[in-house]
Amino acid sequence: MSAPTPNSYNIAGEDLPVFDNRVAFAEKLIELARKDSRIVAVVNDSVGSSNLGAFREEFPDRLINVGIAEQNMVGVGAGLANAGMIPFVCAAGPFLSGRATEQVKADVAYSQLPVILCAMSPGMAYGELGPTHHSVEDLSWMRALPGLDIIVPADEQQIRDAVEAAVANPRPMYIRVGRHKVPNTTPAGAKFERGKFVTVREGSDVSIIATGSMVSRALSAAATLAEQGVSARVLNATFIAPLDQQAIIDASTGTRAIVTVEEANVSGGLGAAVASLVATSPEAGRVPMAIIGTNDWSPTLSTDGLYEHFGLTAANIVAKAKEVLSRA
Amino acid sequence: MSQAKLAANPAAIATWQAFRDQFAKANLQERAAMLKNRADLSRRGIITTIESAGQGHIGGDLSVIDVMTTLFYGVLNINPANPTDNNRDRFILSKGHCSAALYVTLASAGFFSESELPTFMQPYSALNGHPNRNKVPGVETNTGPLGHGLPVAVGTAIAARLQGRADRTFVIMGDGEMQEGSNWEALMSASHFGLSNLTAIVDRNRLQQGARTEDTNGLDPLDEKLESFGLEVRMIDGHDFEALLKALEPSTTGKPVAIIANTLKGKGISFIEDRVEWHHKVPSTDQVRLALEELS
Ligand SMILES: Cc1ncc(C[n+]2csc(CCOP(=O)(O)OP(=O)(O)O)c2C)c(N)n1
Ligand SMILES: [Mg+2]
Repeated sequence: MSAPTPNSYNIAGEDLPVFDNRVAFAEKLIELARKDSRIVAVVNDSVGSSNLGAFREEFPDRLINVGIAEQNMVGVGAGLANAGMIPFVCAAGPFLSGRATEQVKADVAYSQLPVILCAMSPGMAYGELGPTHHSVEDLSWMRALPGLDIIVPADEQQIRDAVEAAVANPRPMYIRVGRHKVPNTTPAGAKFERGKFVTVREGSDVSIIATGSMVSRALSAAATLAEQGVSARVLNATFIAPLDQQAIIDASTGTRAIVTVEEANVSGGLGAAVASLVATSPEAGRVPMAIIGTNDWSPTLSTDGLYEHFGLTAANIVAKAKEVLSRA
Repeated sequence: MSQAKLAANPAAIATWQAFRDQFAKANLQERAAMLKNRADLSRRGIITTIESAGQGHIGGDLSVIDVMTTLFYGVLNINPANPTDNNRDRFILSKGHCSAALYVTLASAGFFSESELPTFMQPYSALNGHPNRNKVPGVETNTGPLGHGLPVAVGTAIAARLQGRADRTFVIMGDGEMQEGSNWEALMSASHFGLSNLTAIVDRNRLQQGARTEDTNGLDPLDEKLESFGLEVRMIDGHDFEALLKALEPSTTGKPVAIIANTLKGKGISFIEDRVEWHHKVPSTDQVRLALEELS
């Protein structure tokens, strides 16, 4: 039996309950679908894994299951959007972003059709099912497509905000909907603004820019660093695209080093985006950086085991923060 | 890579070889009985392997194991001691989620030791939830995302012809998997290139992950579709070993062969058979006991 997933996560000595964001996602989608008949869901035999059973019960005609056919699924989404619907295209992250990449490119991003691509159970949520079922390349792949918003909600509040924003202002969007449970970290009243990071902790020595499942780990690391006399700012990179350039420039001038953390491959995701700006912006400080993410095919491990394996842990964030500061 | 490829198990290879020798001398009825016996042993292995992992795709494992057993014990020209000998028949499990069935079969034939089976999906095991050719001997290509096996099989079949080799390629797809467009692209190629050395088998258990295939994106009439794509279609009961052995014989028309193996998802265990929730449900300790009793 694989190790059970812990039902809490500790930040600064406090055990916080953790949540599967697919639940808040589906609740919000149903709530909005009651008021807005343009909303439809498109799936690939993934009603259960996308947590859309209740949506199907209530709106049987508005749940379009194309079967195991992801390229068709994204194309159908584009056609629905063309006719004024708001399609939430929901599939396990690897098959949505990987199998249908060209449909996402040509039919959604290049055509600028407002399809809401919902990457369910992204990152390494499928643990022992292995690299074919992990979606760690998506941030690199999707970031190469101009005009596609990439949103990585960190908790329940942010997934609700993302779904609301998609309906209020439909545009091509790629939203990660996490399955591996995380605690709520978004401060009460924090605004959800397109292209903006959320500052979840102020600090002046080092900036930790984390996204999605890694935000709670960054906060835990910041608490440990504070005990050691290091003041860490924690930014929640809710949007990978458009990127919050000002927040990154401020981090590079207001703190002496930057660490990025993402449940994604380091080749082209959040860290690469931040490093590119830090290296090229005339306004940015050329601060030392560390990029934490995955860098190889995963071995057979649970999600938590993989976090340990790739250093996606509070302890490694602490170590990397100290290391970059030593180079500052 | 995190670990070396698993090593062959000479004792199990000898047992497998003895089976093949006896099989060669047996008549069709005796062969079917031998295969049935062997497949039920593998069913036990599948159930205990999934029990110890606490994860797995039991329904599809049990529906496909009779076909897979027939291939490995009655048809495939392979050498577990030298699994990359280029003169081998290729076997590709396109529905990679049924890795437990493949691992149990490969271990029984000595491609690696059966003592590895309890490591299925355990930390750093070579036996990942989906098969990896760089870790597990006998695995031809890494599958898991549906709709990949058949195009690769078309490639191995073309290569055999280019290299003047007589070996054959066999590939198994799930029926839900046939909803993937890549399969139909590959079927067109197989037919266009006249790949009579290719046999594509559909595990027609009529269930996919969330519902019945015909309630999701219907495939019927699958035989007519495959025929119209230029394949020689053989529709059989996928749990009838005599029918399987006949259907797995080479093409008689010069066309690639498609076998529609009508099966039951969960075949052999009464409370698992033909129930959608058993796509990836894991049996409790009591259910494992009941299941093993049903098999004895
Ligand atoms: C491209 C892709 N999309 C979705 C999945 C998720 N998935 C895994 S198994 C499965 C159902 C497969 O049904 P079928 O092919 O009929 O297999 P079987 O009934 O033999 O288990 C699905 C949808 C996947 N593995 N790959
Ligand atoms: Mg099936």
